[in-house]
Amino acid sequence: MSRIQSVFATLKQQGKTALIPYITAGDPHPKHTVNLLHTLVKHGADMIELGVPFSDPMADGPVIQRASERALAHKVGLTAVLAMVKEFRQTNQTTPIILMGYANPIEAIGAVAFADRAKAADVDGVITVDYPPEECGEFVKELRARDIDPVFLLSPTTEPERVDLIVKQASGFVYYVSLKGVTGAANLDIIEVTKRVASIRGQTSLPVGVGFGIRDAATAKATAAIADAVVVGSRMVQVIEASTDENLLSNVAKLMDELKTAVDAA
Amino acid sequence: MQLYDMPDARGHFGQFGGTFVAETLVEALEELRIMYEKYRHDPKFLAEYAYDLKHFVGRPSPIYHAKRLSDKIGGAQIYLKREDLNHTGAHKINNTIGQALLAKRMGKPRVIAETGAGQHGVATATIAARLGLECVVYMGSEDVKRQAPNVFRMKLLGATVVPVESGSKTLKDALNEAMRDWVTNVHNTFYIIGTVAGPHPYPMMVRDFQAVIGIEAKEQMMEMAGRQPDAIVACVGGGSNAMGIFYPYIDVPNVRLIGVEAGGLGMETGQHAAPLTANSPVGVLHGNRTYLMQDADGNIIETHSISAGLDYPGVGPEHAWLKDIKRAEYVAITDDEAMAAFHNLCRTEGIIPALESSHALAHAEKMAKTMHKDQIILVNLSGRGDKDINTVAKLANITL
Repeated sequence: MSRIQSVFATLKQQGKTALIPYITAGDPHPKHTVNLLHTLVKHGADMIELGVPFSDPMADGPVIQRASERALAHKVGLTAVLAMVKEFRQTNQTTPIILMGYANPIEAIGAVAFADRAKAADVDGVITVDYPPEECGEFVKELRARDIDPVFLLSPTTEPERVDLIVKQASGFVYYVSLKGVTGAANLDIIEVTKRVASIRGQTSLPVGVGFGIRDAATAKATAAIADAVVVGSRMVQVIEASTDENLLSNVAKLMDELKTAVDAA
Repeated sequence: MQLYDMPDARGHFGQFGGTFVAETLVEALEELRIMYEKYRHDPKFLAEYAYDLKHFVGRPSPIYHAKRLSDKIGGAQIYLKREDLNHTGAHKINNTIGQALLAKRMGKPRVIAETGAGQHGVATATIAARLGLECVVYMGSEDVKRQAPNVFRMKLLGATVVPVESGSKTLKDALNEAMRDWVTNVHNTFYIIGTVAGPHPYPMMVRDFQAVIGIEAKEQMMEMAGRQPDAIVACVGGGSNAMGIFYPYIDVPNVRLIGVEAGGLGMETGQHAAPLTANSPVGVLHGNRTYLMQDADGNIIETHSISAGLDYPGVGPEHAWLKDIKRAEYVAITDDEAMAAFHNLCRTEGIIPALESSHALAHAEKMAKTMHKDQIILVNLSGRGDKDINTVAKLANITL
């Protein structure tokens, strides 16, 4: 059983929903990333999505685009991100790390070499935004051969037949993107999301995470009531963007505490 | 001989092409693929497209024998396919009409586009005005500054021009931003991509709409010269004008197809936009797999060219395929060489070419010198140079 699967199994026994914060590696500066990861865990992260900076983040809104630009200004690429995960693992062997990014940094290394290096760094899952299942069969095989979970996105426009195709390739969990549009966009329609999550559950036994549009305790709580995991991205990155070196960790801790309380109360 | 039949059903040209997009766009592309399949052979749709090409664009564009230029160079005869004479001044309009007619049939009242030099933006704004569609054009803020006249033309035509401030603030970033708009407004919006890149079915669809260039040329060459050319030369940024003239010739033996990339300050400087000539690594950007200028981490690097329309780090996947199967050859021409060819055509033939097309002209001049007087090179003169007069004046230290 992978680390992601065992975290979901434990939470299920406790009747809890996972809280998954997202940060971009290297944002605001590479020296902070490992400390941020530990802070997130200390304040209730059950797993962490770690963004791999990319020069052309087509599916991201302005908040996460700027995070990528800040990280790239310090030359943080995929190799540096894997080194950060390795460092984090020196003192944390339990919290799953899911890399989230775009295909080209992986293509630049090659699927096999990437899978080997991700395994060596003890990465647990990979979300590749622009690798739909039709285009990444070999890549998925390489990941699964090493017990790394390929996590796929489902969108409001994904038809049921396609959900079937995707859940056959996915493991760990599936990630329902609760909005049309890019990351950080406006409002969450919780009634619509509830319907869609129920429908996805009818097609797979994989846990269902929900993200895009969760920005405060209220939306986190509402989402936690229907999902197996709540992902908070742009809001987290906004707090990082608005912080100084001095209050970065405490600001992130404060947001995490609010979100954790909300998710646990659902 | 096996006839060329690319791409496959999912948009692959060998290892290139495909549909590398976020899940949020998959359904929209599927809808587009189905609608394009439905209409690409529909007689009514094609008749409407042909009508607009004839009466609105002014097609067929002529082929012109550049005799004085050929004599001056002293080698092969240079013929020009005059896409510069199209309405709006470039080949781009062939494609925007096709896609806008499709948008109409799909019931989308709003079209969006990305643009670099502004030619595709102008061509999109033009057909949007003609068909009564709302039009939003994304343009890197650097390009907005460099191409002010085209920005004004788009505004005159009723389009909204949105300057893009992210990344390198050029064409690739405009494309990113247009994709973001599309993913958000997909219910009422049709994305008119301007080149043979992007996810399937765009590379195929744009090629098909531009193929009118090569289809006409095949007939016109027989009329004018009694035979097909020995070589066809076209500039390649994303590669739509080149694909348009190459495609109908792929199955014609003994016609060399030569794509000319932007060599910028010189290949050895790294300051260029020539991924095929530079043997750049294969990667994934803007929905397809192709040769891409990138660093060791897979981040896209900034390109350089005097011509905004060629200033793109990738290339259409079909060109990548044609290079690999050795059906087409790809070379680079520097900024300086393109400028020299620009002035040469102005003075010897009375035609002001676009800086993009000047790259093709420069290479044709090089080739012609090594060929016999009875051989023929056909250059795709993809656009006129009025839009470039500020750039040229600045380089020559002339105050307008």
